[in-house]
Amino acid sequence: MDLINAVIVLLNYTIIPALTYGSQLALGAIFVTLIYGILRFANFATGDMMSFGTMFAVLLTYYFQSIGINFGFLPTALLTIPFAIFMMILYMLLIDQTVFKYYRIKKSPPVMLAMVSVGVMFVTQAIIRIIIGPTDRRFLDGEKFILKATEFKEMTGLAEGLTIKSTQMITIVVTIIVVAIMFWFLNKTKTGTSMRAYSDNEDLALLSGIDPKKVVLITWIIAGILATIGGILYGLDKSYRPFVYFNNMLPIFAAAIVGGIGNPYGAFFGGYVIAFAEIFLTYAYKRFLVYILPESLEPNSLMQLLSTDYKFAISFSILVIVLIFRPSGIFEGKRI
Amino acid sequence: MRNYLNIIVAYSIMMLLIILVGIFQSWSIALTIFNYCMISAVMTLGANIQWGYAGLINFGIMGYTALGGLAVVLVSVAPVPEAWSVGGVNMMTCLGIIILMIFSTRYILKNIQKSNKRNYLIAGIIIVGLILIKIIAGPAIEQIEAVDPAKTGFLGGLGLPVLFSWIVGGLFAAGLAFVVGKVALGLRADYLAIATLLIAEIVVSIIKHEDWLARGVKNVIGLKRPAPYEIDLQTSPWFINLVEKFHSAKLDLANSLSERQDILNQLVIDASSVYVKLCFAGMFLVVVIILLIITQKALYSPWGRMMRAIRDNEEAASAMGKNVVKQHLFIFILGSAIVGIAGAMMVTNDGLFTPGSYRPMRYTFVIWVMVIVGGTGNNFGAILGGFVVWFLWVEAAPIALFFINLFTAHLPETNEIKIHLINSAPYFRFLLVGIGLLLIMRFRPQGIIPEKIIKQ
Repeated sequence: MDLINAVIVLLNYTIIPALTYGSQLALGAIFVTLIYGILRFANFATGDMMSFGTMFAVLLTYYFQSIGINFGFLPTALLTIPFAIFMMILYMLLIDQTVFKYYRIKKSPPVMLAMVSVGVMFVTQAIIRIIIGPTDRRFLDGEKFILKATEFKEMTGLAEGLTIKSTQMITIVVTIIVVAIMFWFLNKTKTGTSMRAYSDNEDLALLSGIDPKKVVLITWIIAGILATIGGILYGLDKSYRPFVYFNNMLPIFAAAIVGGIGNPYGAFFGGYVIAFAEIFLTYAYKRFLVYILPESLEPNSLMQLLSTDYKFAISFSILVIVLIFRPSGIFEGKRI
Repeated sequence: MRNYLNIIVAYSIMMLLIILVGIFQSWSIALTIFNYCMISAVMTLGANIQWGYAGLINFGIMGYTALGGLAVVLVSVAPVPEAWSVGGVNMMTCLGIIILMIFSTRYILKNIQKSNKRNYLIAGIIIVGLILIKIIAGPAIEQIEAVDPAKTGFLGGLGLPVLFSWIVGGLFAAGLAFVVGKVALGLRADYLAIATLLIAEIVVSIIKHEDWLARGVKNVIGLKRPAPYEIDLQTSPWFINLVEKFHSAKLDLANSLSERQDILNQLVIDASSVYVKLCFAGMFLVVVIILLIITQKALYSPWGRMMRAIRDNEEAASAMGKNVVKQHLFIFILGSAIVGIAGAMMVTNDGLFTPGSYRPMRYTFVIWVMVIVGGTGNNFGAILGGFVVWFLWVEAAPIALFFINLFTAHLPETNEIKIHLINSAPYFRFLLVGIGLLLIMRFRPQGIIPEKIIKQ
């Protein structure tokens, strides 16, 4: 019985939150990796692009709520996803045409493009703050919990409760669906194959008649879908605040590089690696150990390896270690 | 002279803009902007050494700035004897353990062949060391933070003159740069950017959350300053006399003696703040000029030519027998040290250390915009970039407000769009800086004042 309780504690406080957070990071990391693999630059505007898409979802959610549309027990924000994605893709294509295209045609070094993306970051941040302001916003409605701790306790008679928030379930399910479709697209369709070819060897791809314009277009469309969905899921789970999204760029980068930048599978797993490391290293294991250890060995302290203040620092340290010892990421090998 | 014409023109326009601020807003604001421009200029000089001379991309400027700020606290604040007596011994032991760990690791790296055994040994040393530190430091930290937490709760500093901390700030930053350079400099350019950015974040989060060191997010206020205090000036007779002499015409207009006294008091208060800022401006100007002379000399010395050769063609330079790795590390340390000095200068100017305010937006990306806009590889350009971008950054809100009012003049005061726009005026600075960067990168990628190669 104690063992089951211990497992429930771990599930409740570490595994489910880590899976959720990891999914959000994974979507962002695939976005970074796609841009890096095909357009060949580190996009410093990642966080703000995700924020931009989410902003539309927030505004539309408010609008839908005001005219009385809702999605039953699911959050209204899910209904707004297609519109938000559409706006996001429009914005990305506009940015690409006005800014990135010039450097791509000139074949500027990646550093130059990264600096340009810093400029895009500034502009995007400004637009977001001018439209919606820097304040914290919650836009979650519908059912908050799928399983409440008290219900679980009554159901099973255990001492520990298991809570599953609806946002956690939605995040995990939506991520699986989106990522599955994306991998299917990249591997099985002709366009996907041409994108992989373009990422592997640009010159050879051009030689075999792949249209670079189409590849770039499709990349931005996929990127827009990933960025918007990732951003909305994060916003639903925590809350929407432009500054936080900017900060999230850093663990997302960490996830993409840990998985081997340019490699979507790596980025997908990288997200979970970072999330699990962050949560496992900062969790206070006292309650867990109380259940599995005999009474005489019960710990006095919190049994926390690092304080939660260092959550971000952990993912960065992992990244630095990976960069030093295995610069091509832990899942070395194939790109896209 | 003709060669320097564009530099002179650009700097004159900049000075004119600051003087205009002085006339239209106030001299106090103008001097604040000027001082911050100068601090930004020092930071850009540091970043320009790395990026312009050597082509190294360092997005970790925030970390070095924060370390420079930390140096001010550690050097100038008076020590807290109670904290030292409860936890000093333990903390010093920890420091000893860390030094011991470093040296034993170095010893192993040097004397044992590369093997699994060596890796296990090093991992063992690190794990044992960390556990020891956790055991020794844990209770000491709790005790130190319990010493009068509202005011101190940290070990304090050394109580030395604050100017000394500028040098220490540079040394701190150089120390960090040595470690970062050792581990990260081999990386490709964009990886290096990300790695340095993340390491800077780690440094800032340590400063933020280790309260025993510098109070963390509780901030250290009331730091010493190398200039007189306003309140002392306002009561010292020589200063009041000076103000009286300076504004005699204005004072003579007063009708009665009491009115005259009121005007004089107001003038003294204004003048004291301007005087203090002028003192700072003088000190910063000295630092900027010294750094400018040194960097200019270095740029056109054989060493500077070598750096440019390495930047432009690493393979060729290394084939000519130049040690690229060593020079990269050296220049990385040098540039970071200058950024550290700027960080110390900034905290001295503010008189307070707020670790929570170190954010990558303000302390990495804006500085980079300065370097790019001003002109990479040209020290005059870098300084100008610091001035221009900082000026825009500060004055963007008033400028935006002006234009918003202009374009929405026909709308009624209660119009929602107008109110919303006026409320979001501060965010136009991001827009202005971002568009400025994009335009410069597109149409003048070499910056306002481009790099100049003097042929010998």
